[in-house]
Parts: sequence; structure tokens; C-alpha cells
Amino acid sequence: MKIAVCIKRTPDSESRFKVASSATGIDETGLKFDVDDFAGYAVEAALQANEKGGGGETVVIALGPDNVQEVLRKAMSMGADRAIHLKADSLPSDGLAVAKALSAELKDQGFDLILFGKQAFDTSAGVVGTATAELLGLPCVTAVSKLDVSAGQGTARRDLEGAGEMVSFPLPAVVTIDEGVARPRYPSLKGIMAAKKKPLESKPAQLGDARVTVQKMELPPERAAGRIIGEGAAAVPELIRLLQTEAKVL
Amino acid sequence: MPNVLVFAETRGGALRKVALEAVTAARQFVDAAGGGEVHAIVFGPAGIAGKSDALAQHGADAIIAVENDAFSGYPRESIAATIADRAKTGGYRAVFLGFSAQGRDLAPRLGAKLDAPIASDVVGVSAEGDAIIAKHPAYANKVIVTLKVTGPLAIVSVRPSAFTAAPNAKSARAESMQPSADPGAERVKVTSLEEGAKGRPDLGEAQVIISGGRGLKAADGFKIVEDLADAFGNAAVGATRAVTDEGWRPHSDQIGQTGRQVSPQLYVAVGISGAIQHLAGMRTSKTIVAINKDKEAPIFKVADYGIVGDVFEIVPALTEAVKQAKGK
Ligand SMILES: Cc1cc2nc3c(=O)[nH]c(=O)nc-3n(C[C@H](O)[C@H](O)[C@H](O)COP(=O)(O)OP(=O)(O)OC[C@H]3O[C@@H](n4cnc5c(N)ncnc54)[C@H](O)[C@@H]3O)c2cc1C
Ligand SMILES: Nc1ncnc2c1ncn2[C@@H]1O[C@H](COP(=O)(O)O)[C@@H](O)[C@H]1O
Repeated sequence: MKIAVCIKRTPDSESRFKVASSATGIDETGLKFDVDDFAGYAVEAALQANEKGGGGETVVIALGPDNVQEVLRKAMSMGADRAIHLKADSLPSDGLAVAKALSAELKDQGFDLILFGKQAFDTSAGVVGTATAELLGLPCVTAVSKLDVSAGQGTARRDLEGAGEMVSFPLPAVVTIDEGVARPRYPSLKGIMAAKKKPLESKPAQLGDARVTVQKMELPPERAAGRIIGEGAAAVPELIRLLQTEAKVL
Repeated sequence: MPNVLVFAETRGGALRKVALEAVTAARQFVDAAGGGEVHAIVFGPAGIAGKSDALAQHGADAIIAVENDAFSGYPRESIAATIADRAKTGGYRAVFLGFSAQGRDLAPRLGAKLDAPIASDVVGVSAEGDAIIAKHPAYANKVIVTLKVTGPLAIVSVRPSAFTAAPNAKSARAESMQPSADPGAERVKVTSLEEGAKGRPDLGEAQVIISGGRGLKAADGFKIVEDLADAFGNAAVGATRAVTDEGWRPHSDQIGQTGRQVSPQLYVAVGISGAIQHLAGMRTSKTIVAINKDKEAPIFKVADYGIVGDVFEIVPALTEAVKQAKGK
């Protein structure tokens, strides 16, 4: 199967963030970057689908400045066959603008399946995958926690609030990936060596004007420092008292 | 006069809480921007129009009912096409909806169909000249971003529970509309629905959440968590990724960066270490209680009330005490 996976380069989620002096971005000094979490699951899901299907091609695509080539190489070291870098000066905050550029690249390439993360760590928006599907006129299943694809057909599970939905859909299709699907593998040494020789094509992204821009970034208010009220079951009466009189939740 | 169209979400033929929150957010947005109308579009089986009065009670000037038995579920392509058609009429400044499972799916479809920019998961929204200004927690809730959205029409999804549904009664006009695309002809077909835990509220709507971690040792360990939730009454049960990875609880129960993001009145963390990715999903809870045998566990840094010790000793005692306090 010919599968495309759109991946983003985002900061490691364990990081402590500081707002940059411009107050419209985060301070990137000292941050580690990697494939965005959900996009990483999507890469793994694509590799497994092609391994199970006994062949095919997995193509990874990232839009952004030259540094996104790092995550494209990483995905190729996991096993993706080739990469496309859509070059842009910066990462737009306008998900629809990104979707337009990605769909311009993806159309007419004959992909059976196009995968995205359910949402990116940095934007936490969940726009790009579904909007791309709509622009391409393809069926789209979002936030999938189980995925099974075979010739011409896919089935998936989605978590709804307090329920689950099983769906079937025809290929070609777009699927956005939630966590349950597959935990990404670590690249092997052999994989890392092989990735250096795999094709990475770089070309300008067809980006229009961004209509969603960042005006300000700030850190959320800190919680008051925690306190330990006691040890063992003996502390339960005090907890009940505090929940009744101080927190007023009981 | 900026009119706003609201997608009033239903499931199984009943309005969801997030529908009233989206109507409330739209009402406040329109009123603060100098007036205009809020139109709520509601999809459901025959008779949904008669069950939509709560939308008028919360500030809708018109209720557009789209009735078809397929709309007790979520035929996504038909719903998206119908809202997009309606949004092209009526001088709308924005389409509001919830950032729920349905709303997350729908917002980008509408944005692409209408060529309208999208602001997701917002906790505050206002008009400023020709722009819409939206506050949105990003970087897994670690950074609050203020977005500026330009263009004549925008799609705005509101974070569940961020806007409190507020009564603001209008005598709403009733309208009806035919679906723009046959909901029986969806390319994505729902083959089955699994219902979640019976008798418990959804994590996003619960006032009290009792959440368990690896400290519960096994799936059976959740018995003490369930019992405590029962003692509170209307409480939901959550879990960490360590727990969902083990398969002790379904993935849909997971709270955190890659799970659900919740902010109940009370969050009780039972045998949870408090990893940064878990905190990302629950640190905005009003009151946090933590029970953990390791007094150095990071969860105690955010817990308003921490108890150090064995969960299998403390939680049953707490359950009894809560029952007593509740007079049960
Ligand atoms: C990209 C990424 C995304 C992630 N997303 C999420 C997410 O969405 N949600 C999430 O929860 N995690 C997430 N994680 C995982 C997270 O880092 C932690 O591994 C996880 O939260 C730990 O779960 P835990 O607290 O149940 O387990 P542990 O960290 O193992 O903690 C168990 C705790 O139980 C205590 N304990 C043990 N026995 C007892 C006892 N008898 N009585 C009292 N206390 C006891 C221990 O002292 C310990 O503190 C993510 C990780 C990554 C890398
Ligand atoms: N600049 C980008 N390049 C490639 N893929 C992207 C880019 N931005 C977002 N995506 C994909 O779209 C998903 C959702 O992003 P978002 O809509 O920003 O939450 C991500 O998980 C990626 O799979």
C-alpha cells in the first residue's frame, strides 16, 4: 500500500517552557525537538500496515524550516522509505493554510492512505489532518485508537466521550491517529545508517497568507504549592473536614 | 451585527451539555460585539425540534432543526455539508461548536468547506475590530496562546466546561432544514457503538473524578476506586497511561497530555506518581487530593491535600467517611 504520513517537529513534551522575549513564541534555547507524539504513532501505524501487507511504500512529509529535515530522517530511520520537505520560513499557526499546502502536494500522487496525528503538541489544535482530507475530497476518520487496513478498505475504532465507535471506510482515505494505535519503535543503528541514504526531496511549500496568528503567549497561573496533611488512614477525618469546610466539595 | 451559527450537539436524540456551553459562549460573544443573533442548528431524529427548548433558554434567537432518524448518531459528512450550506446564508461572522469528539471532527471540515480559519479549543473569545481574538491552552496546557483570527467568517470550537451554560431566555424562532447530503450515504459507516461505563458521568462533565494509577497493582485494584466514586455519587473514574497500557482500564479513561483533559471540582489521584504528562490533563482541577505511599511523588507538589500511605488502607477508610458525610 502507498501510505503518506504528515509529521511535525515539536518540542519534547517533558520540557519546561519559557515565553520568548517577543511574547509571541516560546524560548527555544535548550529545548529538545522530536517527531510530534501523535504523528510518531502515525508513522508506526503506517510501517506496521505495510509490514503486515507485505510491502508497499511509506512516505513522510513535513512542512517547515530546514530543521524539520531532522524529524524526516528520524522517521526514515524507523523505516519510512522516502521523505518530502515542504520548505517554509516558519511553522504557520493557521492549520487550514498548512492543510492547503499539504493537499497541494498530496493530490494526484495515488496514496491509498494518508495519516496524521490527531493533534500536534504545540498547536494542540487538531485541524490539519481533517482539513486536508476535506480539501482532497477524501473520506476521513478522526482520532482513531485502532486501525486495520487491507486492499481498498479500512476499519477503525474511535473513542467518543464515554463510548466507542467502530467504523468502516473505503480507501483512499485520511485517518488521524490517537494514542492507542501503536507505540513508535526506536530506530535501530542499522535503520539510522540506512536513513542517511534514503531520498529526501526539498521544495517550496505553497503557503498562502496565515489568517490565524499568535498575538501573545503566556504561562498559565501556577497552582499553589501542594501540602501533605497526614499519613495513613488516620489522616482521613482531617481530609473530610478540609473537603467540607475549606474546599466545600463535600 | 455579527450573527453566529452554533452547532448544538446531540447524542441519541438528546442535547449535550457542550451544546448549551457553545450557545452561551456565542451569546456572550455577540452581545459584547454590539448585538446580533445566535442561531442554533440541531440535528436529531424526528421530534428533536421539540426537545431543543434549552437552546432558547440559553440565548438562541433561532433554532434550526434538521430531523432525520440517522441523526441520533453522527453522520459526519451529511452534518458538515448541511452546516456549511447554512453558514453561507444569514450573514454569519462565526460558527461556534464544542471541542468534543464530534466538534473536533467537524470544525476542520467546516473550515475547509467554507475557507474559514479555525480557532480550536478556546477558553475565551471576543471580537476586536475585524478580527476575532481567541485564548487557547496549547503545548498540552503548558502555554496559553492568544490567537488573532482574520477573515469574514471563522470557525471557533470552545473547550468543554470552559464556558458555564448561563440562562438568557429568548423566544426563539423555529426553523427547519433538510440535510444537504443524504445521511444514509456516508462513506464512513458506523458498524457498532460500544457504550462506556454505565451509570457514570463522562470525564469531561463530572464534578468529581477518582483516578487510579499503577499503585493499584492490577485491574482488580480499581474496585476501591469504583467504591469511592460510588460513595461520592455522581463521580467518574479516570486512569493514567501506565494503567491503560496495562489494559486495566480502556484507553478512553486515560487522563493527561495524550488522554482526556479535565477540570472537575474535585480530582482524587490514587496511587498516581504525577508525571508531567499526567499533570497536563488534570492540573486545572479546582481541588486535588493525592494518596501515595511515596512522600516524594511529584503529585504532592500540586495536591491541595496529600495523604502519604498505602492506598489499600486509606481509600476504603475514605470511602466509609464520605458515605457518612453524605449521610448514606
Ligand atoms: C509522550 C508521552 C505522553 C504521555 N501521556 C500520558 C497521559 O496522557 N496520561 C498519563 O497518565 N501518562 C502519560 N504518559 C506517561 C507518564 O509519563 C507516566 O509514565 C504515567 O503517568 C505514570 O503512571 P502512574 O502514575 O500510574 O505510574 P507510576 O509512575 O509507576 O506511579 C505509581 C505510583 O503509585 C505509588 N504506589 C505504588 N503502590 C502504592 C500503594 N500500595 N499505595 C500508595 N501508593 C502506591 C508509587 O509510589 C508511584 O508514585 C505519557 C508519556 C509520554 C512520554
Ligand atoms: N507543518 C506540518 N508538517 C507536516 N505535518 C503537519 C504539520 N503541522 C501539522 N501536521 C500534522 O497534522 C497533525 C495535527 O496538527 P494540528 O492541526 O496543528 O493539531 C499533526 O499531528 C501532524 O500529523
